[in-house]
Amino acid sequence: MNHAETNQREPVIRVQNLTKRFGSQPVLQGITLDIHHGEIMVVMGGSGCGKSTFLRHLIGSIAPDNGNIYLFGRDITTLSEDALTEIRKRFGILFQSGALINSLTVGENVALPLREHTQLDATTIEIMVKIKLELVGLREHADKMPAQLSGGMKKRAGLARAIALDPQILFYDEPSAGLDPVTSAQIDQLIIALTRKLDVTSVVVTHEMDSAFTIADRMCMLDKGVVLKIGSRSEFQRLREAAADELKDENEQLIRQFLRGDADGPITRRKERSDYEEDLMMVQTRADA
Amino acid sequence: MRSTSDGENDKTITWPVRWLAGLGGVILRTSRRSLGALGGMQLLLTETAHQTLTGCLPGGKRLSRGALFFQMVRVGVRAIPIVILVELALGMILPLQTYPKLDEFGQAEQIATINSIAAFRELGALMTAIVLSGFAGASIAAELGTMVTAEEIEAMEAMALKPVRFLVVPRMIATVIMMVLLTVIADVVMVFGGYLTGLRLGVDGQVYYQLTREAVNVAGFITGLVKAGVFGVLIGLISCYLGLNVKPWEGSEGVGRATTNTVVYCIVAIIGADAVFTVIFYAYGLFN
Ligand SMILES: Nc1ncnc2c1ncn2[C@@H]1O[C@H](COP(=O)(O)OP(=O)(O)OP(=O)(O)O)[C@@H](O)[C@H]1O
Ligand SMILES: [Mg+2]
Repeated sequence: MNHAETNQREPVIRVQNLTKRFGSQPVLQGITLDIHHGEIMVVMGGSGCGKSTFLRHLIGSIAPDNGNIYLFGRDITTLSEDALTEIRKRFGILFQSGALINSLTVGENVALPLREHTQLDATTIEIMVKIKLELVGLREHADKMPAQLSGGMKKRAGLARAIALDPQILFYDEPSAGLDPVTSAQIDQLIIALTRKLDVTSVVVTHEMDSAFTIADRMCMLDKGVVLKIGSRSEFQRLREAAADELKDENEQLIRQFLRGDADGPITRRKERSDYEEDLMMVQTRADA
Repeated sequence: MRSTSDGENDKTITWPVRWLAGLGGVILRTSRRSLGALGGMQLLLTETAHQTLTGCLPGGKRLSRGALFFQMVRVGVRAIPIVILVELALGMILPLQTYPKLDEFGQAEQIATINSIAAFRELGALMTAIVLSGFAGASIAAELGTMVTAEEIEAMEAMALKPVRFLVVPRMIATVIMMVLLTVIADVVMVFGGYLTGLRLGVDGQVYYQLTREAVNVAGFITGLVKAGVFGVLIGLISCYLGLNVKPWEGSEGVGRATTNTVVYCIVAIIGADAVFTVIFYAYGLFN
């Protein structure tokens, strides 16, 4: 892929200063990020740091408090419901849980977007469904109900459904979480193959580091609702392999700990510095009063 | 803890005030919430009507017949035995209770009139609606609520599929159609129940039939069915609204609440609508 060329084109996804709070809890605090055509962007961050929430904003399922989100150059935060529907036909999403429609068979789930959004006749749809299911290795399970599938199979079925309409963007929420190493590696290869073959742009949320480093073109690290670092895979690779005392910057040390999955580091120290003791004292004080 | 210097007197004065203030607060909050729900239901109803119409227009996207049929079976067919049981029992009870008084006046055979009017104008539709609130309403709310908590609704929206078109329209049409069909069954069964009691009490079958024919006019039959249709809309609307309004993070607790609330709200709404209809029909002289 020619990076010089892709970078000149307008980004497929542009997020500007995205903020969101749930009640009094700030979740996203000003996220700015460009994602270019044909790349795989991996978004990482600790559990509960707002990755799924970020993804939900990108697909227009929650509205931000502030900021703009451009998909294909159009600001989805200001679009009408009908215009948003048109945009939604151009991307696919794999949810963390698969999110299959439980009352339909696997095959029907994959057929659903085709039946609704295309003029294809039933035979063609059936063939398309078979092709998509074969891609994820589930062709012989087309007639099963989602409840009869394992977690990994649900995810793969969800992926088949996400690619049913040949989308230009694919969003993945934790595609390999809870899968065995082999299936997880297969999903990784599938993500790479789909991105390259179908010429789609992929956004993958994950905290499986091996998977992240296998698939990523670029990576983005979220922490406490802000972007800590955006960079190429090799930049992150350098941080991951650096010696502990080599990195002076606190943020870089923090990223290093996250990438390596070390038990000791700035993330852990941050927790220790928290107001844990004070909190315990408060309970005591209140009980005394 | 509050300081103890407040005397007994102070407490006796303040507690009714505080109690009333609390009550006022509860009433305010409840009515605000109900108003919000009413607004939401109105929006849902408009959207459903819109989707139904565009689905029926030649240019619009076709609605799935399969889904409608599936919902009709699920909403209505399982309820048939219960409706028959309830209406048969009512049809036998009502004549038994009115018989002694009527017999005093030497009008025992009039149980046919009373029973058939009660059936066609009131109890056929009403009891069917109450049975369906439990059968269809509860199961629709539980199903849609579960779909919300399983992220299915969000996934549909992300796929540019409209949940209203997909889920609400077939359920709503199914409840309306099944309400009307079941009400016809209910009417007939209740009259038949009265007939059985009548035979037992010595009312001639031929006379019973004749009086029923005289008592039930077209207007009475149609108004009963109109009511049935509206009850069907109410059940479909309330159950879909409450089901879809479960929040994803509320989990099975939210689903449970939506289910119970659906049954309660449906019954209240049905009785309320029934009262309104009776007044309107009465005012327009449809009951003469
Ligand atoms: N609808 C909501 N209402 C209130 N708070 C929410 C809502 N959705 C998410 N949150 C909060 O926002 C924070 C981020 O949640 P989110 O699901 O985005 O995390 P995540 O990074 O995807 O975590 P994980 O890696 O565990 O999937 C959490 O603290 C969560 O409690
Ligand atoms: Mg998540």
